[in-house]
Formats: sequence, structure tokens, C-alpha cells
Amino acid sequence: MSEFNYDTIPYIGEIGALHGKFDPAGAVKDHKNLAERQKLNNKIVESLEKAIELSGLKNGMTISFHHHFRDGDYIVNLTLDKLAEMGFRDLIVAASSLSDCHAPMIKHIKSGLVQRIETSGLRGELAEAVSRGLMDAPVTFRSHGGRAYAIETRELHIDVAFLGAPSCDPYGNANGYIRGVDQGIMCGSLGYAKTDAQYADKTIVITNHIVPYPNIPFGIPESDVNYVVVVDEIGDPEGIMKGATRFTKSPMELLMATTCADVIEATGRFTEGFSMQMGSGGASLAVVRFLRERMIRQKISASFALGGITGQIVEMHEEGLIKKILDVQSFDLTAAQSLKNNRFHSQISASYYASPSNKGTAVNQLDIVVLSALEVDINYNVNVLTGADGVIRGAIGGHPDTAQGASVSIIILPLTRSRIPCVVDRVNTVVTPGETVDVIVTNHGVTVNPRRPLLAEKIRKYGIPLCSIEDLRDKARKIVGDPDPVEYTDKIVGIVAYRDNTVIDVIRQVKE
Amino acid sequence: MQIKETAIAGTLESSDIMITLEPGSDGIEIDLQSAVEKQFGREIRALIRETLTGLGIAAARVTAIDKGALDCAIRARVKTAACRAAGETVFPWGAVKK
Amino acid sequence: MKLRRTMLYVPGNNPGMIKDAGVYPADCIMFDLEDSVSLAEKDAARFLVHEALCTIDYPGKELLVRINALDTEMGREDLEAIVRTGRATIRLPKTESAQDILDCEKEIARIEKDAGLVPGSTGMMAAVESAKGVLNAKEIACASTRLIGIAIGAEDYVTDLKTNRSPEGIELLFGRSMVLLAARSAGIDAIDTVYSDIDNEEGLRKETTLIKQLGFDGKSIINPRQIQPIHEIYTPTEKEISKSLLIIEAIEEAKKRGSGVIALNGKMIDKPVALRAQRVLDLASAAGLLKRREEA
Repeated sequence: MSEFNYDTIPYIGEIGALHGKFDPAGAVKDHKNLAERQKLNNKIVESLEKAIELSGLKNGMTISFHHHFRDGDYIVNLTLDKLAEMGFRDLIVAASSLSDCHAPMIKHIKSGLVQRIETSGLRGELAEAVSRGLMDAPVTFRSHGGRAYAIETRELHIDVAFLGAPSCDPYGNANGYIRGVDQGIMCGSLGYAKTDAQYADKTIVITNHIVPYPNIPFGIPESDVNYVVVVDEIGDPEGIMKGATRFTKSPMELLMATTCADVIEATGRFTEGFSMQMGSGGASLAVVRFLRERMIRQKISASFALGGITGQIVEMHEEGLIKKILDVQSFDLTAAQSLKNNRFHSQISASYYASPSNKGTAVNQLDIVVLSALEVDINYNVNVLTGADGVIRGAIGGHPDTAQGASVSIIILPLTRSRIPCVVDRVNTVVTPGETVDVIVTNHGVTVNPRRPLLAEKIRKYGIPLCSIEDLRDKARKIVGDPDPVEYTDKIVGIVAYRDNTVIDVIRQVKE
Repeated sequence: MQIKETAIAGTLESSDIMITLEPGSDGIEIDLQSAVEKQFGREIRALIRETLTGLGIAAARVTAIDKGALDCAIRARVKTAACRAAGETVFPWGAVKK
Repeated sequence: MKLRRTMLYVPGNNPGMIKDAGVYPADCIMFDLEDSVSLAEKDAARFLVHEALCTIDYPGKELLVRINALDTEMGREDLEAIVRTGRATIRLPKTESAQDILDCEKEIARIEKDAGLVPGSTGMMAAVESAKGVLNAKEIACASTRLIGIAIGAEDYVTDLKTNRSPEGIELLFGRSMVLLAARSAGIDAIDTVYSDIDNEEGLRKETTLIKQLGFDGKSIINPRQIQPIHEIYTPTEKEISKSLLIIEAIEEAKKRGSGVIALNGKMIDKPVALRAQRVLDLASAAGLLKRREEA
């Protein structure tokens, strides 16, 4: 080592990222072997309470959760109960989504533990209560892409992320399945959790299954994890995963799916190497099956399938009909197992999937997306968030992200649901703007957005009769009659952000 | 037609309505539970009333549990319940004008 | 030509199915007041189908209602409720003789008059479902000008024969042939029985291929999922369509020339050839194939 004076090094004041002269005391080495280290100095803390203390969480801070456990999630309730017990107040809950099983949050809102909510969706009792004015501050609804955008710009700053994981090693490499074990809890992709772990100030992984280091391939890397907490149960397998998503026998869904497959063929995008995203609803799944038959017949394969992944997509991947899978969320057990076993079934983060602000996002590579909806209006706006009675009962998900990203976005929905018209003059809540919606397939006809005249021409030439969106609205009205308008108070209970995080609509409290 | 005894028509399946008719003394009283109360509650009540009046029924207690039935199903279920409650097996098709 | 490739049964007491029946591509919708409705709900189904016929649009569909047999009070009430709507053809079940048709016709005529409908405007269709009915098929088919078709109902028929239905359908061959010949001799349509194993598409395709070859105009069906396979089998091939188009063109050409002799590629076109060509084109046009060709 040569003699030098740190302060006299030329330009030392301008060269950044140098922290003074080396001090041997700063290079202490741990001589224990791997087995000893895993046992003695790892990130496992003895309790959730301890992890919370170590995280430095304070009143008014923002905590985050993922929704990969869907309706079987225990993490949100478990964590909030603990935080309540510890006396916290005024927290902001930023979950990637919330569902029926999160009804216990109502009491934490009433008690003042939870001051505000950010989420993609709300369902069940919690959604009902919010719609009826439970909270002072409105709930912020963001799309999966919009949420990732807000997180990576740190405008949505996550102080502490509480992320459930079916497997984790003592250093925090966490995953949605357990390699070598097929039993136990499995959720497949941890796509939404990945982004939270990366940007949160502190990340706590909560698991029921510690596996030896290194737990690879991982959904969340140890470099993004501060603490690991072991609990008995992280979720209810029944609510997390259905076995394989069942194929619909509903003649109505099959009818819409056949028409939708025809439309896809007619767009001209149904050629070798095309890309697609399909939902998990009955009709969407049937579209996948009909596409499969056509792909085999016409000897074409898709380059990739994106988004929430189902067993049907996996089957086609294994048959060689879909080359690669980009999986942000695994919808069923078959999908989760495929993520574990298939090399070209890849786990992607929310940001990679749909953020409009990163260096490149997968939704922009989509040829075709098929999406469901609660209602659409004559301006092609889509609502997936509030029911016909104005009550919140859904989730934005990746709807606006994929509708904008895909070359052709197709909405599939029945013209009426029991007595509710699904094509209306104005949707209750705009989630996906009509500017980005291309085709609407219903059981009473197909319409193409007038903003896409060339596409309409192609579909008509193929032999699919088209009607106007007004025709569909009139047909719906003729069947069910004219509903009375929903009445609201002036109070705003929800803010709907578009994927660029501008406010596209607000949700008001329903009048009783 | 006159309501003589309690009668039920319809089911609790989607797009159906279950109508229970009981003898009443004070006009037509309607207790409606509907999946689409906010949008169609007013219309459904009016339709039940109108259908009963059309059959010449001036007093009845109606309990209706609606699962999103269309007008035609509501009318059919009310007529069925009315005939059953009145003990009539032959309907005066020719006499009732639409 | 009116196509009757598929007649979709819709249970008369199911409001959800009645509401949606019109969206499927079946040629005909047949509301059922008979076997799919329990005895306790006959009145409910009758009111429901009556009200549906009065209010719901079923654009482009031929509507039929299968009533209960006329020897019951139910059957006569059914007729009252349905004929008055002026919208549906009456399908009479378990027809055994020409007299059954005449009895039904008399009732229909009386109701038409009472309701102020055009006399004779209500169509009828007969279904034979027994040995006696099959043997009387010819008289039944010719019994009334209101008849648009005659159908065979296999379940009761094979039971009457003391046998059951086989995948090959050998036990139905005579009955089907009788019904078909009766229909053709009366100049009306012949409609085949239902195929009840709805999950067996291959079996449905086999049976449909058979009855199409026998000459039937179509089949009764019990699930909308059966429409597509049947229509596919009834859809002519490209080759058949091209040939038929040439034949019809040659006929038009000959008409223009005022010539009585029509020939195509040196071959005479006689009347049966012309009729078959026209039927092929009707079926093709129903499948949307002709329009697509014109635009292509």
C-alpha cells in the first residue's frame, strides 16, 4: 500500500461516492461457515412485533401488502391486528388489491389505525362500507401499472412492506412456491410483491416455510429484504388457489367466446408469433380454448402470453403453441406449478408488466388483449369497479394498462346481467377510457370503436356483422327497461387514477 | 278474481321473482325485496299493482323476492299466484285485454 | 326457403332461459310446456311463455310452443294462451292419428276467431312418438294445411317398440323413414328427434350426418351447444356451392335466351338437379357463406 494523503488527491472534492480513507476496522470478517451463519446471524426475527419495532414504523406512515393470496390472505388481517395491539394510528394501507377476506379492516378504520387506503380493488363488506361513507379520506384506486409507476417514482412512498411468501430462506430470498415440495401453500408468481420489496424503505417477509439458502429461483431477492418472520399460517390454500380453473359449460359464455375468437382471427393479428393476454373469467378462458383449436388448425404459435396466467395458457405453452409466458400473477395451481417447472414461464414484476414510466413495459408488446367488464358506455368507456347500484365491487387490475398497450383491445361482456343493462349511456365509473377500447363483443352483437375504422373494415370483411354501440344500448334498454339513475351524496369516497396517475373519475357515496 | 288463500309462484333463481299472495283487507300492500331495488324497485311495484288490478283484485298482501326478473316474468308470476290464490284453474284469456 | 336445421327446446318455466333464447343461432325456438315442466308448474309455465311471446323480441327466429296433449284440460288452456299471442306455431305432442290434428285445428280455429286473428294464420306441427303414430304418419302429415312439419320423438317411440336407443340408431330407421316419407308426400318438413347426451359432440355429429343423409330438414335440440355442430354438418362444401352457383347461372342464362333446354358443360340440367342446387345455395346463404363470397 502506498503512502497517500486522502485530502490532497487531485479533484477529490469533485469525485463522488468516495467515503474517506480506508480503515481496517471497517472490514470485519465473519469466519463462521454457511450452516452456522444460517442458524446464528440471519434475518429471521422472533416475532412480527419485533420486526415492526426494528422497521422503525411510525404513526402516519405507509405500509404495503400484495394480493397474491387473493381471498385466502391472512397477512393483512394478521399485521393490522398486531399494529392495533401495538397502538399505532393513522397508517396508510397501500395494498396491490383487497378482497372479501379483508372485511376485518373495517374495525381498524373505525378505530383510527387505518387512515387511508390505496388499492387496485375492493370487494365485499369493506367495499360496501367504504361506498356508504366509512372513511373520511377517499380510497385511491390505481391500476397495476399506475401503482408501480407511483411506487418507482417514490410518489407513493412505502415505509414498510409486509409481504407474505410460501417459502423464504434465512436471508430473505422469497418465493411463491417451495421447490421440491408440492404440498402446502402455493401462489406462484410474486409479481406485485417484487415491486414493493424493491422500493419499500423496509421489507418484512412473512412466511410459514423456511428453506435452506439460497432459495432460487426467487421472486423476491434477499437484497430487497430486511427481516423475515415465521408464522404458523400465512393463508388459506382454498382461498388462494383453485385447482385448475374449470372450463365453462355455459352456452352463453361459449357463444360470446366463439364470436370473440372470430373477431381475433378477423383482426389480422392472428398470425405466427402474435402475443396475447386473456382474463380468467369463464368467457375469456373459453376464448383461449377456441384460439387453441384454430392455432393447431392453422399451424401458428404465439410468441408469448402475458399477465394473470391460467392452466389453459400453461397447457398451450407445454404443447408448444405459446412459446413463452410472462407471469405477474398465477391464477390457478396449474399455473403456479408451471412457473416452478417450466423454464420459459417467467415471473415478472408489476413494473415490468405494466408501468407506463419505466424503460420498457410488457403490455406495450401485446397484439391482443381480451378483457371483461361490468359495464361499457356509448363512448366505449369501461367500468370494472362499481356495480349498477353505485357500490364498489371490483378491481381495476391491469385493465387500463393492457387496453392502452395492446394493439387491439377486446371487451367481452353480456348485454344484460339479470335485469342490469351492461351497455349504457354513461358508465357509473370510468376506469378505462374509450380512447383505448377497440372492440366490444356481446351476446347480442359486436361493435368496433369508430376511432378504428380500418379495424372495423377488416372485421366486417371477414364476415362478422357489426352494429353500433347505440344499437347495443337500445337493445339492452328494450330488454330490461329504463333503470332509475343511482343517487349519490356529494361525498367523494373513491378516486380513480388512470395509469399515468391523473384522476379519471371519482366515486361518490351512495344515497340510502 | 278474489284472493281466497295464500299462494306462491316463481322461484329464487336468477331472472325470476317469487310472489306470495295473501288475502288482504286494506288495498294492495307490496313488500318487495329486489336485487335491483335502486334501479327498478319503483317500476316493479307499479307493475305488480297494475297486474293485480287488471285481474280485478283490489285487496291483497304481496311479498315479492326479485332476482332481476323482466316485466314479462313478473306479470306471469303475479297472474300464476293470483289464479292459485283464487282457486281458479281456467283463466279468462279472452276477457283480459292487454 | 325457411330453414329448420335446429329447433331449440326452451323449458317453459325458466325465465332466464326464455330471456336469453333469442341470442343463439338456432333456426327455431321451441318453448316447452310439456315434458320439461312438472305437473305442479304447468300453469306457471303457460303464463310465462304467454307473457314472453307478448313482449320479447326474437328477431329472425321461427317460434314454436310444444303444448300438452289435448285430451287434458292443460292442453286446451295451453292452446288458449298461445294461439292468442298470434306469434307461435303449435307443436302437438304424441300425435296418433289424423283425428288428433283435426281436433286441435278445430280448437285453434275457434280461438283465432275469438281473438280476432286471421283464420288459418296459426301454424301447426305434429310429433309422432308411438308405433301407432308412425304407422299413421302419412295421414297425419296430410291432415291439415296448417302443418309445417312432422317430427319423430324417439324416447317414447323406442319404449313403445320395446327396445332402447343405440348409438347406430338401427331401431329408429323405419320410424324415421316413415316420418320422412310422410313429410315429403305432404310437402312439409321432417324434423328428427333430440340427441340427449349433450357432452358427446362426436355422437351428435354422427347422428346428424345420418339424418341429413336420410333427408331430414333438421333436429330438435336441448342445448345451445348442439347448434354449431349441426349447422356445420348442414353447411354445404365450397365445391357444392360453386357447382350449384354454376347450375343456377346456367338456368338464368337459358331463361334469358328463352331456351327450354338447359345444359352445363355439355350435361343436361333437369329439374331435380336444379332443385338440389337451390337447396345447397339456401343452406350456404343461411351459413353466411354466400355473402362472404360476394365480398371476397
